[in-house]
Amino acid sequence: MYHNKTLAELSSMLEAGDVSSVELTQYFLDRIKSKDADINSFVTVTEEQALAQAKAADETRAVGNAGPLTGVPFAHKDIFCTEGVRSSCGSKMLDNFNSPYDATVVTKLKQAGAVMLGKTNMDEFAMGSSNETSFYGAVKNPWDLNKVPGGSSGGSAAAVAARLTPAATGTDTGGSIRQPASLCNLTGLKPTYGRVSRFGMIAFASSLDQAGPMARTAEDCALLLNAIAGFDEKDSTSIEQEVPDYTADLNKSVKGLKIGLPKEFFGDGLDPEVAKSVDAAIEEYKSMGAEIVDISLPNSGLSVPVYYVVAPAECSSNLSRMDGVRFGHRCEEPKDLEDLYKRSRGEGFGDEVKRRILIGAYALSAGYYDAYYIKAQKLRRLISDDFKKAFEQCDVIMGPTSPNVAFNMGEKSDDPVSMYLSDIYTIAVNLAGLPGMSVPAGFANDMPVGLQIIGNYFEESRLLNVAHAYQQNTDWHEQCPAEFE
Amino acid sequence: MSLDAEQVKKIAHLARLEINEADIPGYAETLSNILDLVDQMAAVNTDDVEPMAHPMDASQRLREDVVTESNQREHFQSVAPATEDGLYLVPKVIE
Repeated sequence: MYHNKTLAELSSMLEAGDVSSVELTQYFLDRIKSKDADINSFVTVTEEQALAQAKAADETRAVGNAGPLTGVPFAHKDIFCTEGVRSSCGSKMLDNFNSPYDATVVTKLKQAGAVMLGKTNMDEFAMGSSNETSFYGAVKNPWDLNKVPGGSSGGSAAAVAARLTPAATGTDTGGSIRQPASLCNLTGLKPTYGRVSRFGMIAFASSLDQAGPMARTAEDCALLLNAIAGFDEKDSTSIEQEVPDYTADLNKSVKGLKIGLPKEFFGDGLDPEVAKSVDAAIEEYKSMGAEIVDISLPNSGLSVPVYYVVAPAECSSNLSRMDGVRFGHRCEEPKDLEDLYKRSRGEGFGDEVKRRILIGAYALSAGYYDAYYIKAQKLRRLISDDFKKAFEQCDVIMGPTSPNVAFNMGEKSDDPVSMYLSDIYTIAVNLAGLPGMSVPAGFANDMPVGLQIIGNYFEESRLLNVAHAYQQNTDWHEQCPAEFE
Repeated sequence: MSLDAEQVKKIAHLARLEINEADIPGYAETLSNILDLVDQMAAVNTDDVEPMAHPMDASQRLREDVVTESNQREHFQSVAPATEDGLYLVPKVIE
């Protein structure tokens, strides 16, 4: 049925007239209604708007103006502002926030004719690696309902893995697209910093945040990236660089591709069963004619400590806009302005968000700024320089996306530091601003394993080509959790 | 580096964040654990390293100082908790 088709396949079916967008949209809305109670992946389903968009898409197609995404259903992570639709960011603070405007990513997908089914659950303000910090409750991993889907784009990941939507948007500040993609057997891409506009994407850490696609295949990610990438004058860190057609290079040969394997990504802390799958994936690339280069990223071990200064510092500043005055939650009967700020924020934010605001405020406070924030920014340069040197020797870097497969619900929620370490292989990529992907690469203890592929700046086309080549030779990405077949 | 209850209260005040008294010891413990993790940064000498604020060392783009937005005050204030005559309402600040 339709839910087993990829975005590209559905696009072809629409083009051939085998199905209408209204039929397709209704099919997925019905599937969300019957299945989402098991996994809690959606926080808002926009049935009425979706059917209206689908009808409009069918009309656009009838007059011959359809593009590849016209009439194709998908879901947005609830971090993107959507005009007139609740944009909660997984927080009580924004539970009543119907955004008065659209994020650029939302505008672009609307213009492409894609049909939004709804908004997906996420860790509160994108702070988490398990999707357990959401105000709307934890999301469950469709591969095992006792396990986490990863985070922070856990709702998007679970929804696509359960075939409730062919694709979804995500955001990645320290691994929030790649880690849940890995844990749920999806293909996810974090583009180069500045490639996709951050306008209207509720800010967590502005020097790291980047939006990207989550889908089943590299080809689907390419189709989505074509729609969302590009310069935006409304985002002051958006990069003015031409957007290629990301599907153009998909079928290029990977013969002679130089794959760098950083020894730091294969050491202590990596689950041996995960390592086995990653090694097998690399063998597959060798059989396709790729060459292996041993490289080192000597400072990458410091990326988690550096991240937990930079990201909280930026979040403490960004989240100061949530003050109970202009939008969002406001406490009852404030006795003065300070009470209004403190109680609105104290009531509106959950524990993990509070922790990160406090760490950030501390790192930026008088007397600690140099020791924490400046020190972290210096190390960030060293981590970034490691990649620059590595890319003199290789075309892409590969390793595991996550050191483990999906863990049990509640296993790490009382121990923030152990939770933070689940992003040990993804964070350095954000600090350097590089593009990175996670691609399904097998199973360990019946749970999905992701292969991480890291590229040089603006080499999303190459990443997608490398991922697509692997998906032509393997069928890991086609595996579906039994309960959602 | 560890934080005590008084320091947590002080930071929470700086961040204008109410934390329940009963939760303070828990925050002190988890924040101290996070700072222990962060303190690993001290292991590397960075004396001659330039701090990195942007992945591509780009600076903020500037534009001409011209009006680009139309007035949408009512639209944007429609999501505010309390407004009157186009103004945001807060508790009295000046007697």
